[in-house]
Amino acid sequence: MGVSVTNFSRNGLSDWIVQRFSAVVLAVYTVFIVGYLLANPGLEYAQWKEFFSCTAVRIFTLLALVSTVAHAWIGMWTIATDYFKPAALRFVFQLVCFLAIFVYFVWGIEIIWGV
Amino acid sequence: MNQQRPINLDLTKFSFPLPALTSITHRVAGVILFVGIIFLLCALSCSLESPEGFAATKQAMTTGFGSFITWGLLSALAYHFVAGVKHLLMDLGIGETKESGLYAAIFTIIASGILIILAGVWVWA
Repeated sequence: MGVSVTNFSRNGLSDWIVQRFSAVVLAVYTVFIVGYLLANPGLEYAQWKEFFSCTAVRIFTLLALVSTVAHAWIGMWTIATDYFKPAALRFVFQLVCFLAIFVYFVWGIEIIWGV
Repeated sequence: MNQQRPINLDLTKFSFPLPALTSITHRVAGVILFVGIIFLLCALSCSLESPEGFAATKQAMTTGFGSFITWGLLSALAYHFVAGVKHLLMDLGIGETKESGLYAAIFTIIASGILIILAGVWVWA
């Protein structure tokens, strides 16, 4: 019971569905970005910048970023609770994961909306 | 409770079935991607900053040691993608039996192997 305090949504079934939903978002976003790069082999700065200035691309990228936050936390939580038995070790690991995810989130928003 | 139950299992002496190996690889690829986000955000940030930054990012991602990081992350992404889709299909009840699970694991290795080779062609060719 002790480990379920740090899961994403306090609820295993909800975590399960969040992990699936975020996975689908990230899969579609991956296909979108890789497809764009493959379709534009001689990509230049101006075109790349214009692409990320488009509101739809920014919103989709933000959705992918939020999905990454949820997906990474649930994934790393699963790994932490599966492999790290000592509570102190698990706590430190989860703290590092939390800090990394928080930095990714703030940094990502700054990149997307700071253009 | 069975008093003869095995405890303190030595995982190095196990012969894991293929679906177990593809499952643990899915987790390893996930951790690699989690760390790799640093490189992806760096690349996105630099490439959007200026024309010089864009050129420098392109250079860093496609030559020397950087090209191996690009290929490595694309490989982890390809594997995690394919194994993840397999997971979603299993949620729908496809490939859940012992037999079909083995075929799904074999398919995961073949499909991601092809994508990893194509990623190498993309980075270096």
